[in-house]
Amino acid sequence: MAQLRCENLSVGYEDGIVVSDISFELNKGDYVCIVGENGAGKSSLLKGILGLAQIKTGRIEYGDGIGRADIGYLPQQKDYQKNFPATVIEVVMSGFLNKMGFRPYYNKSEKEKALEILADFGMAAYVKASFASLSGGQKQRVLLARALCATDKLLLLDEPATGLDPVATEELYELLKRLNREKKTTILMVSHDMNKAVSDAGIILHVNKGSGCGYFGPSSEYLDSDAARHFLGLDYKEKNLQEKGAKEDPETVKEKLNERVKKGERYV
Amino acid sequence: MFDTLKLLFSYDFIVRAMVAGGLVALCCALLGVSLVLKRFSMIGDGLSHVGFGALSVAAVMNVAPLAIAIPVVIVAAFFILKLGKDSRVQSDSAIALVSSVSIAIGVTVTSLNGGLNTDVYSYMFGSILAMSKTDVYISVALSVAVLILFLFFYHKIFAITFDSDFAKATGVKADLYNMLIAILTALTIVVGMRIMGTMLISSLIIFPTLSATSVVKGFRKVVILSGIVSVICFFVGLYNSYSFNLPVGASIVLANFVVFCILMLVGKISKL
Repeated sequence: MAQLRCENLSVGYEDGIVVSDISFELNKGDYVCIVGENGAGKSSLLKGILGLAQIKTGRIEYGDGIGRADIGYLPQQKDYQKNFPATVIEVVMSGFLNKMGFRPYYNKSEKEKALEILADFGMAAYVKASFASLSGGQKQRVLLARALCATDKLLLLDEPATGLDPVATEELYELLKRLNREKKTTILMVSHDMNKAVSDAGIILHVNKGSGCGYFGPSSEYLDSDAARHFLGLDYKEKNLQEKGAKEDPETVKEKLNERVKKGERYV
Repeated sequence: MFDTLKLLFSYDFIVRAMVAGGLVALCCALLGVSLVLKRFSMIGDGLSHVGFGALSVAAVMNVAPLAIAIPVVIVAAFFILKLGKDSRVQSDSAIALVSSVSIAIGVTVTSLNGGLNTDVYSYMFGSILAMSKTDVYISVALSVAVLILFLFFYHKIFAITFDSDFAKATGVKADLYNMLIAILTALTIVVGMRIMGTMLISSLIIFPTLSATSVVKGFRKVVILSGIVSVICFFVGLYNSYSFNLPVGASIVLANFVVFCILMLVGKISKL
């Protein structure tokens, strides 16, 4: 049974629909990457699932022991958080809010769990540090820890690597991969990193501007799909190479281009 | 000094100003932490201008000032929050619009009725004589409400202030809390502006948070310290106002400014 199933989902705001007709399902331990053009509505799709944007049509079903409160969320970073007076532990503990109900304060076991996650992320020395003083990569790890306090079953991430340097980006993706493998955490991530989407994630969800899912399936076959070929400009490149008099047959050219995407070239 | 204090406490109006004003200072500081950190600090300024308009109209109509000012300012708080969410009007322009229109209404109504009188002057710059018994009751009720909010819903307020999207995604009714904070701010401003003045009340919201954030780094410490700073500055200002015969609102703002400068310096030095 799927943890999360979206059927013909259209999401938007007060002034209209942003993303329409999306259907997909998430099973336990899936690592799904949402890709698509800027403005295609990738973030809005996440927000719709989280209840931050309006569901216009279609529906969302939960299953396999997952409820509305079992979703962890790592939003895009906001500017005002840069100078916010908060300690690391204060930020991480706020992940427990969904379990508190009317209880006004956190209990001891929650505090212990927060410390445990921080230690696991190599942030034990920063528990009482100011959140604003951390580096970009450390901040994202703290926010990921906060999301994990909410749940380690299902994580929704919105471009978590934006603004991080290459090392921090790599570390963050390693962390996600580890969570996915060791704890069977289901991951649904919006990302611009084509190479990571293809290599780390098992499944790709391609969102087309205005016209629903361009592709939903295993990442190994994604590069051969029409959606990907159009999105990455592969058709165009192939034609170019052949016109330049490349001697290889079309199949080899295609393979080579796919290799280059997998290696991490965003624009081949 | 003790003689002066003794004398101070012997005047009923000063005791009322102390109780109501001290509580208002505390409420402003606590609510201010959330407003300032969410970049909503000008909401205080906007609401106090609306309050001025409402009080002027009430003075002309000869009705109890609070009976008109409280509902009007609460409606304005709703309106400013709503306008701010609508992407067509940015919240800073929304507040500026609402402010100047309210002042315009207040001044127009006053001049139609024979020009500026002492009442209207004291709405602008505050008066130590302004606090009635009703104000004392309202400010007590208000501070109880604000304290309950900050004691029992502290973590929710933190989450909403730090990251309202995350708070909403985990099921916190962020819009409801934001509205509650705006309404409490509106009430606090209506009570406080008559002692502080329309032009000066918003500093009670902004200064304590800025002072506290320059020396401490945790959210809880900022909340506690800003409350303490605000109340102390209020009493120092009130005392100075009485002993040196200064306008009360201005001397409270100056006390806040001096403390802010000192704490900024302390913060800078401790980082060296």
